[in-house]
Amino acid sequence: MSVPLSILGTVPNPKVEQGSPVFKTVAVVGPPNAGKTTLFNRLTGLRQKVGNFPGVTVEHHTGSFRLASGEEVALIDLPGVYSLNPKSEDEKVTVDVLNGVMPGAERPDAIILVLDSNNLNRHLVLAGRVIALGVPTLVLLNMADELHKQGGQVDVLPLARQLGTPVALVSAVTGEGLNAVANFLVATPQFPEPLELPIFGDPRHCREWAVRMGSEASYKRGATPEWTRRLDSIFLHKLWGGIIFAVVIVAVFQTIFSLGQPASDQLQKLLDNVAVHLANVLPAGLINSLVVNGIWKGAGSVLVFLPQILLLFLVIGILEDSGYLARAAVISDKVMAKVGLNGKSFIPLLSAYGCAVPAIMATRTIENKRDRIATILIAPFMTCSARLPVYTMVIAAFIPDRPVIGPIVGTRAVAMLSLYVLGFAMAVITARALKSSILRSKDVAFIMELPPYRWPMWKSLSLRLMDRANAFIFRAGTVILGVSILLWALTYLPMHNGQPPEIADSAISKIGHFIEPAIRPLGFNWKIGVGLLSSFAAREVIIATMGTLHGVDPESHAMALQQALKSDLSPAGAIALLVFFAFAMQCMSTMAVVQRETNSWKWPILQFIYMTTVAYVAAFVAYRVTLLYWN
Amino acid sequence: MVFNFMKHLATNPGHTLCDLAVGESGILEDFDMPQSIAEHLMNLGFVPGLEILVARSGPGGNPRVYRVDGTEVALRRDLSRCIAVRPLSDAEAEAR
Repeated sequence: MSVPLSILGTVPNPKVEQGSPVFKTVAVVGPPNAGKTTLFNRLTGLRQKVGNFPGVTVEHHTGSFRLASGEEVALIDLPGVYSLNPKSEDEKVTVDVLNGVMPGAERPDAIILVLDSNNLNRHLVLAGRVIALGVPTLVLLNMADELHKQGGQVDVLPLARQLGTPVALVSAVTGEGLNAVANFLVATPQFPEPLELPIFGDPRHCREWAVRMGSEASYKRGATPEWTRRLDSIFLHKLWGGIIFAVVIVAVFQTIFSLGQPASDQLQKLLDNVAVHLANVLPAGLINSLVVNGIWKGAGSVLVFLPQILLLFLVIGILEDSGYLARAAVISDKVMAKVGLNGKSFIPLLSAYGCAVPAIMATRTIENKRDRIATILIAPFMTCSARLPVYTMVIAAFIPDRPVIGPIVGTRAVAMLSLYVLGFAMAVITARALKSSILRSKDVAFIMELPPYRWPMWKSLSLRLMDRANAFIFRAGTVILGVSILLWALTYLPMHNGQPPEIADSAISKIGHFIEPAIRPLGFNWKIGVGLLSSFAAREVIIATMGTLHGVDPESHAMALQQALKSDLSPAGAIALLVFFAFAMQCMSTMAVVQRETNSWKWPILQFIYMTTVAYVAAFVAYRVTLLYWN
Repeated sequence: MVFNFMKHLATNPGHTLCDLAVGESGILEDFDMPQSIAEHLMNLGFVPGLEILVARSGPGGNPRVYRVDGTEVALRRDLSRCIAVRPLSDAEAEAR
């Protein structure tokens, strides 16, 4: 390798400088796919946290970089941007922070600009805009390892002179050249004013400027790796592309169902065992009940999602970092276009068949905000695994098993399949309605950059997994815990002589009686009402509640519970209940995560009202229609 | 449909990105689309005057993948109809 990966020409002494930082807050800026996040992770390690600025959905990370002196500099990782025109939310956040007008963020006194050294002709345009802000800037030409491997080169010294800023050729992956960051933070070299910056001017002019800057630095781009093209000729092949896509999708699905679901079940068992232990250890009474049935159960209902969230994000992270996710979006785009969405929504919607919570968290790969919200709003219509026990119980209790097509496909299978179709159909209808009304994307088109294929790196994957787990536990988790304690209070209070009330005397059953007139048109009595209320904790909780109300253990006496249910529901009411569950939100965890991901209560509340209304109307129609034919 | 491509087709028959076959190249000329989309494309390297190649077609024939300025970008046909190009003649393509 002929070009040393040093910070040649940026500071007199390329060794790491000792001394105190001259900057307190430094913003990390760069275009998407330039390795900005990898660099940020490399510089801050685990000393980082995630946050939202008030009123925006875009997240940002803050962290600290430790100098040799032990002193720390605050780093803010801003959303990836191509330019500084505040049109999209991402760019507005970046521009506002850089200008010091973002509430809750200190104005950065320096900028680290991360560019992809393999794409300098495009990325230097952003450098022109950023340097023109007049804030001390360090320009890092990242992915130097790839540049050299592919036969490219660039001289940083002439470029630094032209731009009037220090420039360093680095690799965030290997860590080469990164001592430039510490050098920049402790002692900025004085550079002359930039010779010429394209602040205004049309794109052609900006690009000509960028190319001129590049040629001053003897810039030669590396060739696109041949194997990226070869892989694409397979992955995007007319026949093989579709087959490989199907295999990948099945693998994602299998991972969630065959690993995630059992892991969640095991964890649930473990949590239940601890609950039994806790109940034995603590003195009987209010505290015991609060801890075991309120706090522990609430914490458990947060933790139980973790295996699925981690697995899904591991799989999506591998797909994303390897570059396949972009190809998958291209392949699925044609189908998604039919419902007014695009290919980027496909994987999140698919994972909603496992659970809406990780699915909604997965929508963050959709850059367009309207498409992202539309995907979030329709995801809970997909038949998630928490609905299955409810469907199974009600179908087994009310629908006689008769063959429909041959001996294998019976009435029950048809009923189950119909519920899947029902949820999917409502998702399609909702997506179309949203995309042609409140979430119409006027100025948005499907534009998908296809990055070169790369090996995913375990370190950046694991940091992201921890990030997601933290975000879920500490932000969505607090809401879930709060609602769990509320549901506990409604079910177990008021206590008499240290004993919880019979469920029929509890506050929740009073509410059940109270709402009975509202749900009677659907064929539900107050007990079903209590079940619906309690199932807000998680859909399958309705089974345990019905068991408690009838004094039957649903685990050991499933048949008895099915018999008991017949005293609550007519067959028509049972059909209505199934339809209600297909459409209703009935999941506080989903609501909490929607709140968290959209950074507003507006969307989860709208979604709850919409889904409940659809569920109510559809259940009413189903009840009435079934009454006509099946009495 | 948000893009006024029918109008575009009427005035510029045979000169849009959509009309190039896979493997063919052209010189980017003009965008007939909202300013914000055009700017996004330019940020990705779609700058008028540059050569663009139809690199491949997705499994369903839509979207297609274009190579411009060293990057590959997938666009749907409706958008590619709104991008005016000057097709490279065989001689020009040969010369490059």
